[in-house]
Amino acid sequence: MEQDFSQLTESIKKYRGKPGILIPLLQEVQQIMGYLSKDTMAYLSRELDIPAAEIYGVATFYSMFKLKPQGKHIIRVCKGTACHVSNADGIKDALKTALELEDGEDTTSDMLFTLTEVACLGCCSLAPVIMIDDTTYGKLSPDGISRILERYAYEEGK
Amino acid sequence: MNEITVKVGMASCGIAAGASEVYEVLARRQKESGGFKLVSTACIGMCFEEPIVEFSGGKLGTISLGAVNPAKVEEHLRDYLDAKLPDANIILADHYDGKYNELLRGQTRIVLRNCGVIDPKSIDDYEAHGGYTALRKALTMDPEKVVEEVKASGLRGRGGAGFSTGLKWSFAARAQGKKKYVICNADEGDPGAFMDRSTLEGDPHNVIEGMIIGAYAMGADEGYIYCRAEYPMAIRHLTIAIQKAEEKGYLGKNILGSDFSFELHIKEGAGAFVCGEETALMQSIEGKRGMPTIRPPFPAERGLWGCPTNINNVETWANITYIINNGSSAFRKIGTENSTGTKVFALAGKIAGSGLIEVPMGIELRDVIYKVGGGMKTDKPFKAVQMGGPSGGCIPASLLDTIVDYDSINATGAIMGSGGMVVMDSGTCMVDVARFFLNFTQNESCGKCTFCRIGTRRMLEILTRITEGKGEPEDLDKLEELASNIIKGSLCGLGQTAPNPVLTTLRYFRDEYLAHIEEKRCPAGVCTALLRYEVIPEKCIGCTACSRKCPVSCISGKVKEVHHIDQDKCIKCGACYSACKFDAIRKG
Ligand SMILES: Cc1cc2nc3c(=O)[nH]c(=O)nc-3n(C[C@H](O)[C@H](O)[C@H](O)COP(=O)(O)O)c2cc1C
Ligand code: SF4
Ligand code: SF4
Ligand code: SF4
Ligand code: FES
Ligand code: FES
Repeated sequence: MEQDFSQLTESIKKYRGKPGILIPLLQEVQQIMGYLSKDTMAYLSRELDIPAAEIYGVATFYSMFKLKPQGKHIIRVCKGTACHVSNADGIKDALKTALELEDGEDTTSDMLFTLTEVACLGCCSLAPVIMIDDTTYGKLSPDGISRILERYAYEEGK
Repeated sequence: MNEITVKVGMASCGIAAGASEVYEVLARRQKESGGFKLVSTACIGMCFEEPIVEFSGGKLGTISLGAVNPAKVEEHLRDYLDAKLPDANIILADHYDGKYNELLRGQTRIVLRNCGVIDPKSIDDYEAHGGYTALRKALTMDPEKVVEEVKASGLRGRGGAGFSTGLKWSFAARAQGKKKYVICNADEGDPGAFMDRSTLEGDPHNVIEGMIIGAYAMGADEGYIYCRAEYPMAIRHLTIAIQKAEEKGYLGKNILGSDFSFELHIKEGAGAFVCGEETALMQSIEGKRGMPTIRPPFPAERGLWGCPTNINNVETWANITYIINNGSSAFRKIGTENSTGTKVFALAGKIAGSGLIEVPMGIELRDVIYKVGGGMKTDKPFKAVQMGGPSGGCIPASLLDTIVDYDSINATGAIMGSGGMVVMDSGTCMVDVARFFLNFTQNESCGKCTFCRIGTRRMLEILTRITEGKGEPEDLDKLEELASNIIKGSLCGLGQTAPNPVLTTLRYFRDEYLAHIEEKRCPAGVCTALLRYEVIPEKCIGCTACSRKCPVSCISGKVKEVHHIDQDKCIKCGACYSACKFDAIRKG
């Protein structure tokens, strides 16, 4: 897939030549492009005169950076301590079943959902917890998962 | 009579529990008929009762309702306005019996004094509660005097290690350099802790004011708050607070007419636990991979961009205004000789009152759990409390009389940590918990040190083997040997403390490891591979519910006859166990 880098001009102008900008820049670029492809990183390296290895090094170090295309909605399953002792594994299994994801897959084939894990969402008192985009859902049970997902699928008219 | 005020708790967890719907109903009502003031506040700490609405200013005094239903809230409001006690779940009240009046009585609130009380988006509200008076006072003092005051308070860093804050400040104050930085560590990586999130969401100005005072004391003119990106509301409230403080002249050039200037920025983390370590955090602010570096040089000598830097945790900063306003001796009166002041804990897990509490140092763990925390959530008995997250350990029931102070907690093999307390009951498997933490640290190791990178992986493999019923008797010795090497061979706190969860569980719950290894049994019934589901013939009435649910059709039996599970085919999914209405299936 060809990517259109012209949308990045503004961001590059804003950050060029400033120290310590790599992380916020990549955050912004990821927001625009959806993820950081090899081509995008190579492009940034040329434009900003930062070694590609440095960009790639930072992008792979932080879990926030995604090197693959992501689904429209990001589902984060909390795997923190409080959620773990409250059956977070069961929630994750229920999500995988509901989204029909095979082992090793994280994005649905219709690109609607990506399933990831997070260390703690800071709402431990509501464990087990998941976050879909910016909305947090707590006190979940595996049975209740499909009802939550239906809402998102409904918006898509599916 | 005062104006009637209605407050809705709208911190992250309140919103997750449905507080926005409650707020909308009230907002509509307020627009239509008025008669009361509507305020959104943050977390009062009783997260288990969210959504929470507080009514005040009426004849009934202050009353807080818990688990409020949006469909009922208008009725409750009408009752309150008519001075009639709402027929609802009253959790706190000053003139009446509130379900949890007791829980608050065991607390001492310094850091959280404004949380759930003020509107965190309003600087006026903060000022009305004494905000920015500490800064005014500090600016009339010599910077050295401010450092002395903090030193005299005995305050120790709340980020985990417990180093004297005043001493650390004196290093940075003494360091030579034209430019100095102060940093607030809000990376809060401990999975199962949310003190810093609640503090920042609930009272951002208090942290900011503490930082301005610190910058003045140490001679810094620029600062950063490094906050996890997973905390969008904390970042939003901080952004608003910084902007408002700039407008009012508390931040920026020539603060309050003095010749002291200070600029404050927010940096969002990008998701790496190790970035909570101070040297890694500074690497990350500089835009690099967040790998810890060798100390010395300490940040106070050479920190961010090579300049002297002082870094403190959110809660540490949040104590400063109290100390300056009330003096170090008032602070020292709270707590014990070597651990002064209070500690904020995030209670979670199998405890009834999960949420945020602030207790004086020196309180017994038993009181934290049974008085302030309201005891266990279900009738399963208490087994252990985990403190300090992946760097900490599990404290068993026999040590519940341990008091909360740095030295006493360390003596158990756990650590005070940043304040996560995850309570576990008999349904929690301690080998599984140890494996959980090892999996976490192994994933988060930055990879610089061999022992941390590979040693934790070997430990994880052994623990996984044990939970799968493939453990061998020598495994426990191997774990202990690896643990001691990892502690010795690691550069930063992540590796140095990674074995703690294993060591403490081995120390207090060795039996449970042995049951897994020798009897191939998980006493808590958690480790799937070791589970067995069996029909109890005396109880089975032959309703067939289980066999209809079994995904691999391994349950046989005719209607009204005792059923039987084929153990070779069973995949231990537990579906039959949940399906049986007659308790006729045994798990164990
Ligand atoms: C792996 C690792 C993670 C850490 N995470 C945090 C954190 O999330 N928040 C924090 O305040 N301190 C954290 N620390 C401790 C910091 O390195 C540092 O000691 C602390 O921010 C100093 O502040 P204090 O003196 O106010 O406690 C972490 C340390 C290590 C080794
Ligand atoms: S101990 Fe672990 S996390 Fe710390 S520097 Fe070494 S490898 Fe990295
Ligand atoms: S645990 Fe699952 S697989 Fe085993 S008998 Fe019960 S339903 Fe069938
Ligand atoms: S569900 Fe329970 S009672 Fe019914 S057949 Fe199965 S074991 Fe027997
Ligand atoms: S452990 Fe899941 S929200 Fe904290
Ligand atoms: S009471 Fe809601 S965040 Fe705690």
